[in-house]
Amino acid sequence: MASHGDNANVFVRDEGRAKWHDESLWLIRTKRDSVARTVPEWEELRTAAAAIKEYTVANLPDLLERFETNARQRGAVVHWAADAAAHNRIVASILEARGVSRVVKSKSMLTEECGLNPYLECRGVEVVDTDLGERIVQLRNEPPSHIVMPAIHLRRQEVGELFARELGTEPGLTDPTRLTEAARRHLRDKFLGAEAGITGVNFAIAESGGIVVCTNEGNADLGTSLPPVHIACMGIEKLVPRLSDLAVFTRLLARSATGQPITAYTSHMNGPRDGAELHIVIVDNGRSELLAKKDYRQALGCIRCGACLNTCPVYRRSGGYSYESVIPGPIGSVLGAARDPARHQSLPYACTMCGSCTDVCPVKIDLHAQLFGLRRDLVSSGAMTSGKRSASRVVSWVLQNPRAYEALGSAARFISLRLPWLARFALPAWFASRDLPEMPKRSFRQQMEDLGGE
Amino acid sequence: MASDRDTILQSLRDSQAAASGDLPQVRIRPEVYADPVAHFSIAVESVGGRCLRGSREERVALIGQVIESTAARQVRWEQLPGDTGGTLGAVESPQSLAGVDLLVAGGRFAVAENGAVWVDDGCLTERAGLFLAQHLVLVVRLEDVVNDMHQAYERLQSADFGYGVFISGPSKTADIEQALVIGAHGPRSLTVVLES
Ligand code: SF4
Repeated sequence: MASHGDNANVFVRDEGRAKWHDESLWLIRTKRDSVARTVPEWEELRTAAAAIKEYTVANLPDLLERFETNARQRGAVVHWAADAAAHNRIVASILEARGVSRVVKSKSMLTEECGLNPYLECRGVEVVDTDLGERIVQLRNEPPSHIVMPAIHLRRQEVGELFARELGTEPGLTDPTRLTEAARRHLRDKFLGAEAGITGVNFAIAESGGIVVCTNEGNADLGTSLPPVHIACMGIEKLVPRLSDLAVFTRLLARSATGQPITAYTSHMNGPRDGAELHIVIVDNGRSELLAKKDYRQALGCIRCGACLNTCPVYRRSGGYSYESVIPGPIGSVLGAARDPARHQSLPYACTMCGSCTDVCPVKIDLHAQLFGLRRDLVSSGAMTSGKRSASRVVSWVLQNPRAYEALGSAARFISLRLPWLARFALPAWFASRDLPEMPKRSFRQQMEDLGGE
Repeated sequence: MASDRDTILQSLRDSQAAASGDLPQVRIRPEVYADPVAHFSIAVESVGGRCLRGSREERVALIGQVIESTAARQVRWEQLPGDTGGTLGAVESPQSLAGVDLLVAGGRFAVAENGAVWVDDGCLTERAGLFLAQHLVLVVRLEDVVNDMHQAYERLQSADFGYGVFISGPSKTADIEQALVIGAHGPRSLTVVLES
């Protein structure tokens, strides 16, 4: 596994793209800020959302059972999957038993996590991702690079080339409206011909047994209102206790995600359509283990809005793929490293500790504090790379020795003012995309003394 | 061998001392708009929709304008607020609605905060129509505009529906370079008619 830093290096090589990626995401962050400001009770909503999720996580087994009973009563078939393999088996067997070979799917990070598409494709099932961004990355044989905007890393020219090749649009077409129109026509046929629809679940309501799916495109609704079979796949953490809790979450989700006041469609499904089937697959796949980790269980409250990705200075400048984890960005680093610290050991360090993620998270997950904790765990478990370990030892010693600190400070000032080439020579990697800040001639302490202070 | 269900529930139960805490009481100061209807129409426009106002008698004329401006040929009317009589006869299949240019449907209520209209299967023949139609008109009674989502879910608490959806504006996407495109998979336009 390559480290986050190595992967990020590849991403920043294309300077134009990296800059554009950074700016597009920052624009979304700004939109989020301005709509959040129009809601005077924003902070109260966040506090309420955090409390509801905390309650949910603490009472998950009971809530799951209640949800199951109520969903069954409404006519849904409820399945349980301990891991990804079980999830894929269940979905495949539902499809197989009905002879389904054409499936439309709307966005679900869970099915991505489980690797459902390749599993079904191997069994001769055509799975078409119907969210435009997901369809784009699917046609490119790539995973999504963002949890809300799967194709955020691509430029319009790349989509134009892809559509010319795959959908037969005229070569050189780059206008987003016309490209979207081409995708609309292509996917309309897929919707009308589908034999089953698979969706994720944004919220599952324990007290009613209903599920809620949010989209802007309307793809989840087309995918579930036409074919006779709907399979909804949800992680165990998607529950909320009450219907009224949705008021809190629907007010937060889209505003945090894209700066919209609500998604275009917030669809509530209580049981199957008349004459159709609804299967709900409840998946654990490592979530109960995360829940057992007191320090990190808060991360199960995530509603996948993507706000922490959009605001993260590291994500914006390194791109989703640099994380090598299904979910990138701050929340992906927490989930990845908490689940498999050895595999994702560079992720807790893909963070500047600026805390911006924690500030924007609608459910108030202490993301940067969790990343800090994960670093601590890596150190105490001895899993840290030797380079990082020696560097931390040196820094820790320096910070504990005022004299050494002072000496190093003046050496650094001397080098940066007089011999900047030496620094460049010694640390080429660091300087590849950075420059030294301008250093003052005298240290803070010296300046204080000049002022006659202590 | 234990089923996956038992394994999951057991490991969840093992992993925490005990179920804890009371259900948090959500007491959010509700939004109270001086003029919720005006707020609603601004919100609808901001999400790419249009909002018209008129009396019950003006309904046909108002919707006629939409039919004209969208050049819709195949228009389908669902049961609208205040309509008596049964719903439209069942259709052959949801797919058969694919050719509908404009669907006129009834919304139960509208939300000033975000321009959303609640539509449920109680007054629809096939919900697919809402998404297959090229253009959508939703008719809501003026008195059914609520302030915010808290009030909206209060209304839904006692509602009985198999399927219901908040629709806020036409279908849209920004998946190509963040450029907003109206008319992703669903309707290319949404007009809300508020009726007094
Ligand atoms: S951790 Fe918070 S900010 Fe990040 S995606 Fe989840 S809910 Fe959104």
